This record gives sequence, C-alpha cells and structure tokens, in this order.
Amino acid sequence: MAKITVTVNGSTHTSTVEDRTLLVNFLREQLNLTGTHVGCDTSQCGACVVLVDGKSVKSCTTLAARCDGASVTTIEGLSTDGSMHPLQEGFWECHGLQCGFCTPGMIMAATDLLTQNPNPTDEEIRHGLEGNLCRCTGYHNIVRSVQYAAAKMRGEVVSSQNA
Amino acid sequence: MIPAAFEYVKASSVAQVIALLNQHGEDAKVIAGGHSLLPAMKLRLSQPAVLIDIAAVSELKGIKTNGGTLTIGAGETYHAIATSNTVKNACPVIAACTGQIGDIQVRNAGTIGGALAHADPAADLTAVFLALGGTVTVQNAGGTRTIAADDMFVSMLMTALDSGELITAVNVPVLSKGQGASYAKLKHPASRYAIVGVAAVVTVSNGVVSACRVAVTGAGPQAVRQPSVEKALIGTSGDAAAIKAACASAGADMEYLGDIHASEEYRRAMVKVYAARALTDAIAAARA
Repeated sequence: MAKITVTVNGSTHTSTVEDRTLLVNFLREQLNLTGTHVGCDTSQCGACVVLVDGKSVKSCTTLAARCDGASVTTIEGLSTDGSMHPLQEGFWECHGLQCGFCTPGMIMAATDLLTQNPNPTDEEIRHGLEGNLCRCTGYHNIVRSVQYAAAKMRGEVVSSQNA
Repeated sequence: MIPAAFEYVKASSVAQVIALLNQHGEDAKVIAGGHSLLPAMKLRLSQPAVLIDIAAVSELKGIKTNGGTLTIGAGETYHAIATSNTVKNACPVIAACTGQIGDIQVRNAGTIGGALAHADPAADLTAVFLALGGTVTVQNAGGTRTIAADDMFVSMLMTALDSGELITAVNVPVLSKGQGASYAKLKHPASRYAIVGVAAVVTVSNGVVSACRVAVTGAGPQAVRQPSVEKALIGTSGDAAAIKAACASAGADMEYLGDIHASEEYRRAMVKVYAARALTDAIAAARA
C-alpha cells in the first residue's frame, strides 16, 4: 500500500491506496470525482485526461502512487464561484458536445493547449487535441468551442457566431 | 482494467535503481512514462513484482551539446525534447520525430530512454537513433558502458541491454553543414504509432552523397538499417532519379509483420515510398 498526499482542485487529500491504483480510479472511486471518464482504458481516447502539475496526462495510464505530492486538476476544478470556465462556456455556446462522454477530457486537454498557446489556429487546435477521440463526429464544433474560449480568455468580446 | 499487484518504489537516484534491479532480478521492471508498460501490465502480458519508478530521478534529466555530440538524459520526455532549442539546433530530426509521437499526453509522459529500452516494433525513435548512429550510455552494477545503435535492437522488444542495466543518456551526433536528416512516417490514425517509418541521415560533399544511413521502423519486428539503399545512394548526386533507383531495394531484405491495420504486402510497398520521402527531405536539408 502507498500513502499519498495529493492536492486535487485545490484541496489536499491524504489517502492510502494500493500500489497498482490508477489515478483515474483514485479520482473516481476514492474522491468521488466522476467527471473524469474511463473510455478506452488503453491511453488512446483521452476521456480520462486531467492536469498533473499543469500538464495534461491520461489518468488511466498514470499510477496514483506517482502523483504523491502533485497537484491535480479535474473538470470539477475548472469553474469558479459557480460560473463556467471559458472552455465550458465555449462548449455550451458552440454546441461542442453531443453525448458528452469525451467532453471532460477534451476540455482538460484544451486547457493545457491554451496555456501553451493562447492564440491557436484551427489546425493547432486539431493537432493539440489529437489525443482525444469524439465518436459523435463533433470535432468541427469542438474546434469552434476552443476558439470561443481562446478569444474570451484573451479578453475579446465573443459570441457563438464569430468563434 | 487494473494491473496485477506489485510493489511500487519511487526511485531518487540511478544507484538506487541499479541496486533494486540487482536485488530483484527479473521480478523488477523500470517504469518511466509507462505508456507502453502499464497497458501491457493491464493485459497481464507483463506482471512485475516490483515496479521501479524513475520519473523523479534528476540524474536522468538534462539536454546538452559537447563538441560534436548531443546528449539527452534518458528521462527527458518527448515534449521536452521536441520543444528544446538545443535539440532543434543540434539535431532537428530528433525534435521533429519526438514532436510527432503519439499525442501531447503521451509526449508529456514518454521518455527517450524508455522508447529505446522498450524497443516497440512501431516506435519512432528507434529508427531515428539507428539512422543517426547514436549510442546509449548504460549504468550497471560494475559501472558504465555504451551500446552503439547498430548493436542495440536485437529482435522484437529485445535490446542489447542486460537485466540489471539502465540507460542513463542517449548520445547522437550534432549535424553539421552538408548533413541533413529526416523522418517520414505513415502513422496509425488513432495511436499515431508508425505503420511504416523511415529515417534517413545524409552527408552531401561537393554535390555528391558521401555518407548515408537509412533505418526502417514499424514494418517489422525491430528497427533495421537498409544497407542496400545506403550503398546505392552513396556516390550519386542524390537527385530524384538516384533516390528512386536506390529505393527500389528498400525493404527487400528484412522481416515483416502484418496486422489488421496493414498487411505485410502493404508495409513492403510503403517502405519504398517512405524511404524515398525521407531521403528527399534529408538531401534537401543537407544541401540547404
């Protein structure tokens, strides 16, 4: 067993986990943060993407024990004071989701992308979201959603029409 | 899926890793990025009793040039390498190759040492390392040794590393004027593993190809050089006709793997196509 202390969405949790526990199972089953999804479970689909120390990782292929001392951000940690993060708002405004299963991973990967590149081209967004699969054929609107969020985060006036 | 139970150790030094590998022998596995090992462990294809995590070992970090050699710490991630100005200036093909491995989450986790030690048949870096004629620095209980790229990849998932050894650094030549390198790959659309990948490193002197190394990954059980292509190109001008003639023998003398993504025949055809693309780009870079 491994004793780990992890800061998740700003709250510090000290837990004892089996050495083989995956980060996604720790988040979902011990912390009840079920916004992070398990999709393919083989590190290809990206439904499980979270930020560990600011970098996007696939939590189905990350050991919880490795995250001892780390800071983790999940989809539940994005909104502040009940108001949506610009990416959440973008997905809402631009119809960036249909079934919604891939959405938490898409948004967390896009968070990392916009941190590194606040003014991406559509092509750069598509490249940056290569590790996230949507099976509702929603990529076009996902790109618009990320553009909406990028513009809003740059302080520009945006609407779903011009994103 | 959850792996079979194991004991996890977060290592803090190379000496500790070597001691643990010697203590536990074949029961221990080293984990770096883990994106090859953990999926294999979930499927029970690998069931180590002890997992030694090297992600926090600071001795395995660092990217520097020393004379004509670029040395990359084995624990450097693909993303760190792809975005390193030192790498882009010294050996741009390494930056270009690592920048197209998997996706950003894979690149945030995976390491150059892990890629070469695991030697996946469809890994990208194996071919580039082989074409560059690099070396790996290896630590074992007795000290350090180096393994040349030409001796590294023995068979499918098998390298010249002994159990009890750890790659600590990867060394490749700094490319100079007149040298060019390229990596061209046909990628699997979901995983971005190489269905076929070809790396070429070429030296052009006085308008003539004076040296050339070509290596193929993805198509067979391990990365292999293409001596007949190299030999055919050396001494030519390296123009389109020379490349076409040299690539006629690309992939002729090697083992192949076929799977649901691409048949053996398709891979055989694509080796010729991607060898020509890699050589065309490498020769253009050498002339630039």
